Amino acid sequence: MATVVEIELTREAVGRALRGRRIRLGTVAFQALLLLTLLIAMGVLVALLGDVARTGLPVFQERGTDFLRTGYSTLASRAGVFQGLVGSLMLMGFVVVIAFPLGIGAAIYMEEYARNTRLTRFINANIRNLAGVPSIVYGLLGLAIFVEALGGVTGGLTVISGGLTLSVLVLPIVMITAAEALRAVPQSVREAGYGVGATRWEVVRSHVLPSAAPGILTGTILSLGRAFGETAPLLLVGAKLGFIATGGGSLLDKLHGPYTSLPSTIFVFTRQPNQEFQALAAAAIVVLMAVLLVMNSGAIVMRNRYERRW
Amino acid sequence: MSDTRIVAARGPLSAEDLRGSGRRRRRERSIRGVFFGAASTAVVVSALIVLSLAGRALRFAVRVDPGALWTSGWFPRRGMYDLRTIFVGTFLVAGVAMVVAAPLGLGAAIYLSEYAKPRVRRWLKPGLETLAGIPSIVMGFFALAVISPDIVQKLASQATLFNLAAAGLGVGILIVPLVASVAEDSMHAVPNALREAAFGLGARRGGTSLRVVVPAAVSGIVAALIIGVSRAIGETMVVAVVAGGTGGSAFTLNIFHPGQTATAAMAALATGSDQVKGEALTFESLFFVGFLLFVMTLVLNMVSERFVRRLRKSF
Repeated sequence: MATVVEIELTREAVGRALRGRRIRLGTVAFQALLLLTLLIAMGVLVALLGDVARTGLPVFQERGTDFLRTGYSTLASRAGVFQGLVGSLMLMGFVVVIAFPLGIGAAIYMEEYARNTRLTRFINANIRNLAGVPSIVYGLLGLAIFVEALGGVTGGLTVISGGLTLSVLVLPIVMITAAEALRAVPQSVREAGYGVGATRWEVVRSHVLPSAAPGILTGTILSLGRAFGETAPLLLVGAKLGFIATGGGSLLDKLHGPYTSLPSTIFVFTRQPNQEFQALAAAAIVVLMAVLLVMNSGAIVMRNRYERRW
Repeated sequence: MSDTRIVAARGPLSAEDLRGSGRRRRRERSIRGVFFGAASTAVVVSALIVLSLAGRALRFAVRVDPGALWTSGWFPRRGMYDLRTIFVGTFLVAGVAMVVAAPLGLGAAIYLSEYAKPRVRRWLKPGLETLAGIPSIVMGFFALAVISPDIVQKLASQATLFNLAAAGLGVGILIVPLVASVAEDSMHAVPNALREAAFGLGARRGGTSLRVVVPAAVSGIVAALIIGVSRAIGETMVVAVVAGGTGGSAFTLNIFHPGQTATAAMAALATGSDQVKGEALTFESLFFVGFLLFVMTLVLNMVSERFVRRLRKSF
């Protein structure tokens, strides 16, 4: 008799456990709390974009593309971001020409050539530490090296110094992302190349690089975006407001003139006390974010389309 | 084809025959040299940073009147270099930032690693990546336009428009993605066998996450927090815009008052009306502060890396 009851009870308990009992409040609350942390972060992002759009878009409604085509003015109604845009594009040119080849070359060495020696580990530690150095410290590097020590070549506080500084700033990021892309290429691809008698460089050029290209490109575009939005180091290497050698003059004159960048323009607008300039700052941020969004989504689309799964 | 014939004529194949032509080998060596040159720029840049900072930082340390380092505030143009002001400011901002970033970042990491279904992840991850890509000057604008007047001043009536708390909140939001991604990586590294063992003992997901996965990944989580602090200390533009220490700042412990951090002090020195000149040692002070900042973040990053390595070793 007793055993039958026990069996019944056991069966009931097991059944309940397998079916799951009522919904536990604590479980649900904990999961909701975790989701909430993410939603807060996302909410701030949405609020930020919303506030910028709300404050900035009226400027475009009022002035159209005039805002993009005019330069700085102390009159809010006539101030634009033209010089900032041109300056930022020139700075990006330096990053593309200097940081990309150097960074990708370094990644190729670290992933394809370097053996696990003390020197390799030392270089690796340097790269990772450089990636964590605050950006304003790169500004000090630029000030001491590019503006002062190499002032004869760069001309001092010029767009050349700014471009070199930003290139050095994103160099470790390019190295790390390119190395990750190379690491994702399976070893068998390389072995197949060696198997038919290719040298290391031939394997890298004709097999590893083409396979890793989408990943490398994505990483470089993202680091270009980082350089595009960077402000702090440029404060130290002379991005000033409103002065850029426009019109006339050779390219060399332009490179040796004073310059500014889009984020520096935003900084100057933000510091003006009156409301009209706050709207201009927001409008300039709309331009900055639009460029960044195009770059980043382009990178993500490219990654999704061309990335190979091995 | 012709190579094979030569080899065949010479008799059995030896290692010599497989080395290829001298020209090919020389080309390989020079290509390798070019790539090595590219890689060694990392060491060159590190050396240049130390070189460009150390000289002037040392000159400042030698020449400065020690009394000037302990005054009522950081007013470099008046010869008052109170380090207390800017470093206490730095820690206050980093502290507020971590109060925001630690719970948000770790919560997000646990959710993404332990709860989120793949479909949800596909939406949340790019969102976090977008947040990570927000330039700090943009967050600075937002902190001044919204966080300070609409949040900080509503919560604390004595708060001024420019204050350290708003700067800290802005910086905190900026570093949430970083903390979340490092912490999530470390929880991802915890083997599934541990989770399955916990489920097998009847533990629910919440208990498994908090009592099994988090303790197993703890060194990675510590690394995430340390790297967050390091980033918060080095963040410049948010503080330069909203902390209000243009030119200089009196010593303060009140996060609702204007203040100065090490980074913002450098930005202010660089953007002042007279650029980086003025009182004799002002220019050198820039490098001194930069050097201290560099050393601080370097130590934090290295400690964080050690924790990550410990995690990797345990699994």
